Amino acid sequence: MSSSIETLVNREYKFGFVTDIEADTIPRGLTEETVRLIAAKKNEPEWLLDWRLKALRRWTTMSEPHWSNVHYDPIDYQDQVYYSAPRTKKPLGSLDEVDPKLLETYAKLGIPLTEQKVLAGVAVDAVFDSVSVGTTYREQLAKMGIIFCSLGEAVREHPDLVRKYLGSVVPYSDNFFAALNSAVFSDGSFVYVPPGVRCPIELSTYFRINAANTGQFERTLIIADEGAYVSYLEGCTAPKRSTHQLHAAVVELVALENATVKYSTVQNWYAGDEQGQGGIFNFVTKRGKCAGANAKISWTQVETGSAITWKYPSVILQGDNSVGEFYSVAVVNHHQQADTGTKMLHLGRNTRSNIVSKGISAGHGNNSYRGRVYVGPKADGARNYTQCDSMLIGNGCGAHTFPYIEVLNDTAQVEHEASTSKIGEDQIFYLQQRGISKENAVSMIVAGFCKDVFKELPMEFALEAQQLLGITLEGSVG
Amino acid sequence: MLDIQNLHAGVGDNEILKGITLHVNAGEVHAVMGPNGSGKSTLAQVLAGNPAYQVTAGTVTYDGHDLLAMPPEERAQAGVFMAFQYPVEIPGVSNAYFLRSAYNEIRKSKGLPEMDPMEFLDIMEETLALVDMDPAMLNRSVNTGFSGGEKKRNEILQMAVLRPRLAILDETDSGLDIDALRIVADGVNKLRRPDNATIVVTHYQRLLNHIVPDFVHVLANGRIVKSGGKELALELEEKGYDWLAEPQEALA
Repeated sequence: MSSSIETLVNREYKFGFVTDIEADTIPRGLTEETVRLIAAKKNEPEWLLDWRLKALRRWTTMSEPHWSNVHYDPIDYQDQVYYSAPRTKKPLGSLDEVDPKLLETYAKLGIPLTEQKVLAGVAVDAVFDSVSVGTTYREQLAKMGIIFCSLGEAVREHPDLVRKYLGSVVPYSDNFFAALNSAVFSDGSFVYVPPGVRCPIELSTYFRINAANTGQFERTLIIADEGAYVSYLEGCTAPKRSTHQLHAAVVELVALENATVKYSTVQNWYAGDEQGQGGIFNFVTKRGKCAGANAKISWTQVETGSAITWKYPSVILQGDNSVGEFYSVAVVNHHQQADTGTKMLHLGRNTRSNIVSKGISAGHGNNSYRGRVYVGPKADGARNYTQCDSMLIGNGCGAHTFPYIEVLNDTAQVEHEASTSKIGEDQIFYLQQRGISKENAVSMIVAGFCKDVFKELPMEFALEAQQLLGITLEGSVG
Repeated sequence: MLDIQNLHAGVGDNEILKGITLHVNAGEVHAVMGPNGSGKSTLAQVLAGNPAYQVTAGTVTYDGHDLLAMPPEERAQAGVFMAFQYPVEIPGVSNAYFLRSAYNEIRKSKGLPEMDPMEFLDIMEETLALVDMDPAMLNRSVNTGFSGGEKKRNEILQMAVLRPRLAILDETDSGLDIDALRIVADGVNKLRRPDNATIVVTHYQRLLNHIVPDFVHVLANGRIVKSGGKELALELEEKGYDWLAEPQEALA
């Protein structure tokens, strides 16, 4: 490839500002005292504190996993702050009482929280550092029996539901980062859709890390009861800081019989600068369980940010005829590293899964797809189709594919297709010769490459994702 | 319209064009012929601005502007169009979206408002008939999985949509059967106007039976060795290219 495809991106991360707001921040370090302090600040019931403490004890016996294809300096977990919240004088009664500075922050991010301005058809929960600062449209949703609130509120107001499902898909003992999250999780979103109800609008959480040296450990729990449907969107940004920041979230989805959960993410955490200074370390456990027959869980993700991404949104296909889907676009530029993929665990009969992964690498970025397809002995007639495509832009980047396939049932059908391509000078020139600028040509070629994934995103997100991709890769061809 | 003076160009250290001088007026059709390796396609690529080629000497003036100083997209916006010998596949990008983007980029450069998809569809319907193409191909990805003939027709379709001032057809006849050749040539002929010009780069005379040139230039070893009227093409058909090549270069 000629020299014109070698220069790197030089575009400012436009969400990199810091909000100057008084915060209630606890001292660095992680001990039982820290966990008790967090629980006390949140007025949590005894059972939850016990669960947190069990998680912490388990975590101290575990070690950080190093099997992924990412490289970073050791993280000092005792040098992190595990709780930081914007200081409020009294509990929030309504969105009108939210600190104007916070509303301003979300307005800058393009997420208006005052209800009259909220994007039509999207209800938003905004999480700022450790706490949820406001949830829109909740009253209208409540009339249909849909609960959409922060996890903290759900613990207080719907303890039975939380107690029943928290940790039911990702147990605290699941992995190092899940255990850490279970011990110190601060807030996140909670959704419950009652039997037979189709949630009429997109539910959305917007995660924002603001405070320095503070990790974000949110936890999201979504339950679609029998025959229910919900589509959920997640967006995230963080300020530009020269040090790395830790993000270890857990997302649990439960779909009961005939229920559908669709979960879409556009991840745009700060990725660090061109030299790889700063950026978010994103160690996330996302898993859904198709608990009943004919349940369906669909993950769609567009990953453009973070210095390191370690994330495998998975589906446990327990109910007969249940369906799991994973559609992913992961873009790495500069010195970003992504090790991402999915796990599809076929336990029930005639369970089906579909995986479409598109990895784009530019600059010195390193992109790995890691996927596991497991078909259990009882999963008669299970089917999986995996398509895994990589695109390289320039000569300094890497793309890797690590598929793990384990089939214990001889009626199963598992297919895996993979391809690697380089964005071509000839493609760019062809589009330029038709009057299209080089930048737009690259965006167009990349968007074409990602089409199978973009078409799975809700309308509101598809455009944003496409623009984000253009920004992330801007300047990656000289 | 187009004035090429002493143009030298090549790839790396390999000089391919060794001093081309050519003048094209509006309303004219010029055929550039020559044996393989004579530099015909290089000339087309250099005029279109392919960055794989470096210009080492000479000037190209297009409508009073220094063409060589313009990036490829500006040349296209100014009305320079090249029909590619090997049209490139762009998977996942629909032909309709691609054509409308190109069309709108050119409109924007002229300060005209962009055209919405519905209006654009009307233009497309007329244009598709011109090259005898099935409207279904608008929804297919650009050139992806197209046959050789479909790719070439798609080039002429783009040309018909973008209405260039200067069209350069780079070996558009290669790989076409006689029916496809006629469709492509008919399309080009219908687009001929007094205010535009066409450069037809070809190895064979047969395309020139359909697209009748005003001038024929023979390229050999990076230079124009002979120019003439349309009858020169027939002479070449009969005698081949060898009689024109300079002796020392014929040996090389």
